[in-house]
Amino acid sequence: MATSSVSKGCFVFKPDFKKRKISVPIEDYFNKGKNESEDSKLRFETYQLIWQQMKSETERLQEELNKNLFDSLIEFLQKSHSGFQKNSRDWGCQIKLREIPTAALVLGVNVTDHDLTFRSLTEVLQNNVTPYVVSLQAKDCPDMKHFLQKLASQLMDCNVDVQSKEKESVQVTQKKIHYSMDSLSTWYMSVTQKTDVKMPRKKRTPPSQWQSPPVVLILKDMESFTTKVLQDFIIISSQHLHEFPLILIFGIATSPVVVHRMLPHAVSSLLCIELFQSLSCKEHLTTVLDKLLLTTQFPFKLSEKVLQVLTNIFLYHDFSIQNFIKGLQLSLLEHFYSQPLSVLCCNLPEAKRRINFLSDNQCENIRRLPSFRRYVEKQASEKQVALLTNERFLKEETQSLLENLHVYHTNYFLVLRCLHQFTSSLPKYPLGRQIRELYCTCLEKNIRDSEEYASALQLLRMLAKDELMAMLQKCFKVFKSSSEKQLGNTAKRIEEFLAQFQSLDAEAKEEEEDTSESQSKGLQKTDLYHLQKSLLEMKELRRASKRQTKFEVLREQLVSFIDSLAREYLLLPETQPLHEVLYFSAAHTLRQHLNAAPRIALHTALNNPYYYLKNEALRSEEGCIPNVAPDICIAYKLHLECSRLINLVDWSELSNIPLYICATSSLSIHPMMDT
Amino acid sequence: MMSKLESKEDKMLEVQFVGDDDVLNHILDREGGAKIKKERAQLLVNTKKIIKKPEYDLEEDDQEVLKDQNYVEVLGRHVQESLKNGSATDGGNKVYSFQNRKHPEKMAKLASELAKTPRKSVSSNLKSDPEITIDIPQCSKGHSASDKVQLKNNDKSEFLSTAPRGLRKRLIVPRFHSDSESEYSASNSEDDEGVAQECEENTNEVILSEQIQAQNRVVSAPVCKETPSKKMRRDKTSDLVEEYFEAHSSSKVLTSDRTLQKLKRAKLDQQTLHNLLSKVSPSFSAELKQLNQQYEQLFHKWMLQLHLGFNIVLYGLGSKRDLLERFRTTMLQDCIHVVINGFFPGISVKSILNSITEEVLNHMGTFRSVLDQLDWIINKFKEESSLELFLLIHNLDSQMLRGDKSQQIIGQLSSLRNIYLIASIDHLNAPLMWDHAKQSLYNWLWYETTTYSHYTEETSYENSLLVKQSGSLPLSSLTHVLRSLTPNARTSGEADQETRNDNVPSKTFFQKDTPLIHVMHLSWEPFDLQIVSSGCSCMHYTT
Repeated sequence: MATSSVSKGCFVFKPDFKKRKISVPIEDYFNKGKNESEDSKLRFETYQLIWQQMKSETERLQEELNKNLFDSLIEFLQKSHSGFQKNSRDWGCQIKLREIPTAALVLGVNVTDHDLTFRSLTEVLQNNVTPYVVSLQAKDCPDMKHFLQKLASQLMDCNVDVQSKEKESVQVTQKKIHYSMDSLSTWYMSVTQKTDVKMPRKKRTPPSQWQSPPVVLILKDMESFTTKVLQDFIIISSQHLHEFPLILIFGIATSPVVVHRMLPHAVSSLLCIELFQSLSCKEHLTTVLDKLLLTTQFPFKLSEKVLQVLTNIFLYHDFSIQNFIKGLQLSLLEHFYSQPLSVLCCNLPEAKRRINFLSDNQCENIRRLPSFRRYVEKQASEKQVALLTNERFLKEETQSLLENLHVYHTNYFLVLRCLHQFTSSLPKYPLGRQIRELYCTCLEKNIRDSEEYASALQLLRMLAKDELMAMLQKCFKVFKSSSEKQLGNTAKRIEEFLAQFQSLDAEAKEEEEDTSESQSKGLQKTDLYHLQKSLLEMKELRRASKRQTKFEVLREQLVSFIDSLAREYLLLPETQPLHEVLYFSAAHTLRQHLNAAPRIALHTALNNPYYYLKNEALRSEEGCIPNVAPDICIAYKLHLECSRLINLVDWSELSNIPLYICATSSLSIHPMMDT
Repeated sequence: MMSKLESKEDKMLEVQFVGDDDVLNHILDREGGAKIKKERAQLLVNTKKIIKKPEYDLEEDDQEVLKDQNYVEVLGRHVQESLKNGSATDGGNKVYSFQNRKHPEKMAKLASELAKTPRKSVSSNLKSDPEITIDIPQCSKGHSASDKVQLKNNDKSEFLSTAPRGLRKRLIVPRFHSDSESEYSASNSEDDEGVAQECEENTNEVILSEQIQAQNRVVSAPVCKETPSKKMRRDKTSDLVEEYFEAHSSSKVLTSDRTLQKLKRAKLDQQTLHNLLSKVSPSFSAELKQLNQQYEQLFHKWMLQLHLGFNIVLYGLGSKRDLLERFRTTMLQDCIHVVINGFFPGISVKSILNSITEEVLNHMGTFRSVLDQLDWIINKFKEESSLELFLLIHNLDSQMLRGDKSQQIIGQLSSLRNIYLIASIDHLNAPLMWDHAKQSLYNWLWYETTTYSHYTEETSYENSLLVKQSGSLPLSSLTHVLRSLTPNARTSGEADQETRNDNVPSKTFFQKDTPLIHVMHLSWEPFDLQIVSSGCSCMHYTT
């Protein structure tokens, strides 16, 4: 083989230049994977389109969510920096000048997403505050020397970036110089004076009132820095603060206490720390789901199991939005790759147009869909025949079915949000606090069958008026914002309910007056018997009146109204014909590729070779290996029984295999066994 | 399943036997107890579920903790559902459990059986006459009542823990747990025959001990098979006791002491070994071929996913080298690609980066550090978006590449948009190499490719037990020599190679930085090069 050698481990293969020019477009790989794939080109294009939309949407969301945090950070930076500007001789300011302004940024444990956050933070800062933004990682700075070197080189790079590139040669020579804080501050002085002149020509102009822009140093993973380095750096730089305006930003994954745990009081007193908290990643996930899946904007949907797998990976493995998005991308790809009818997974008008161009094969595919077959069975016999034989009729029917599906989704999400408004603030959250939990339950089974739903309704029946009113208000807003015709009636109903609740107020006042009157009447002298009797009567009366309270009647009506909404609109997607076109349901492939279990695979391969090699001779009961099994399986079994030593001689004789097989087997076992 | 079986047996024993063997049994039975405990632990999980479900905890976080159960369920479900993720239906507890310590009883039992097996064979060897069929069952019945009971009550896995010899028996005999002794001993006799025959081949001279003779005496005593053995047993209790102590005291034969030296077979040299090996046709070749075809159908999908920003990692039992090689030859012919043998003892990140900079990017400069080099490569690839590079790494988890720094660097390379990485891992704990940060760099898609093929190439740098040894770690010394050479020497080696091309049949073994050609050239010609595919063997011929 060309790729094995005694002397080297890397083999480079460069094809001829001419050949290389003809690169295969990616779509071809999409086609060739399946022999008889339909409309694969169109499908791939649709995939790319939807993915691009989803990606930009998530990026937009990310920006939006970070905006608050960044704004407050920038405000802090500007405020703290203004301290440098005022050259007041105030004693308080003098003290303050010894303190390095520090922003402690608590980001949470989703470490993988931090990079992205820091990158956009750097960008924002460079655009708004200062060109001198440096970010360091702990692994680059094992000691003070490296720390300063990295800091300096990055600072110079910032500068080179801003200025012309002619300094490059100078910069290279500079790199070898041993840096100290002194040299840095002199460099800073020289640079700021120079930039003052050049300021007007610069593209990224920091606010011009700033004579000396601050140097922002971001420590991405504050926890993993060595304490010594941090301490030394802080002490030294606080000495130079008046000539080298430094601002620190700590990225903290765990909790802000860590700052005090790492730094002794003497050092931490040199910092003027302000705490910033980033949005929790769970909130982030909820928004992403809300904007990507709980909307009709993107036709692509996930089935319950897939959603479960993705959220589980998120919640139990990494808390990483990026990974979640990756999972989403993979499921999107798998959907378009494996389902030929996914060509219809686009916006409604386009899908309708595409239906007209469907080939005969694709029509057959439609007929083969289980949900479609179920639908056909329910139709009258003439219609059945027409659907199964007449292509044109089928296409028309498909169009109307797709439209129904679309309508179903619009209603579904509206009602889901409405129900979420009602259940999200119930005590103990029977249906979950986040809308994604509610969505999962709704996808899993018919929500009205679940116990949680019953208890949620029970709790709703006990709510006070003002709570109900608040919920109704929110619901009304939801419906208002959607402006869909189908549920206009519902919006009206909700409005009515609101009005009725409000009118209750006035009536309630009158009633109260009544009751107070009656009570005043009742205060007369009586004997014990009469008192008991009248008390009983009053009790009866109250119970009767309670049943008749208008508020309670209205509340009951409201609950049953919500229930009817759920019954009508929150149907399982599986009940909808043609749902396969939009829903991706192969959860196991997703799990296999994203969250694989190599250990289980090895275990199975060794213990149960029949699982892979479908040979009847290998079929065996639990915990027993047939003697024809691949010798590595036998060896593994022997290894398990007596892990120290396997006697090759004994083994070779008992399994009647030639000795030289044993030799190779013992070798092939090796890479796995040595741990 | 196992514990159930055992309890059934226990019942039977209650009815039938009263005696010391039961006591022995109970001693040996602990294993079952442990298993029951494990099941109880599983039950605990269930009760937790029941308890936890109704109380809706106040905080949302707790709610999510509650979903733990769901998660476990989903996990289990998918394990069952999935085609490829292994069929271990009993979940993780088998795969992930700690290795339980071998109980002392078990070891003793092992010892006792080991102590007995040679005896049996010897006795049968001695009486190599027609009587053998009658004698052996009696023999086995007579001399090892305890042994028998053990055999009966052992579950299979325990049984396997006896001498490897026991495996054969188990494999042939379907294990009926019937109480009719005749049936049992009959089947046992067959086994003994088998064993005997095997042992005859072996022709090991073992000296008869007194005890065996004593037992043979017992055997020859007229014992009727069908009589309920109660009485006989009582007679033999003293025997049993003796045996018990004998079994527990004879610690010197804990393991089989036969060695390769005792085999009357000389050690082969590498060539004959290879020749012999090449003649053996692997079993299940049809099924293996089918498996491989299944994987080959994924090639297009892999290309697609690589292009869409994912990287692919292959795992599963068996060498994945051939598969990757086929992928390379079918899909990558028109692309620039680098094949990296992670199993090569001299591989390092530096050499990978070097081959990228020097051979792919044609850069002749040097770099101050690996990180500088990495930065340079990253910039280069970012600038030239038309540049595409495929990295194929066999054994990404090898000794040389598994370090944190190397993984970080390879991860950073693979995260580039126009570098595509497809790698294979073999180590059980390979995924532990990657923390979350690295995993997000790699952006893996996992593919299971269980091939059952031998790790021939991967292990060729290591020593085989059956081959004559010459010096330790020949190849690492080779690389030392290589490293110590000056660039000048290397180029001279290159020139040398040019001149001798016609003498050396295979050029591929000696790429340009192999100066050892002078040394090897002299001893080269007599051998057919097909055999010498590895450094190990190469050293054999040269030293």
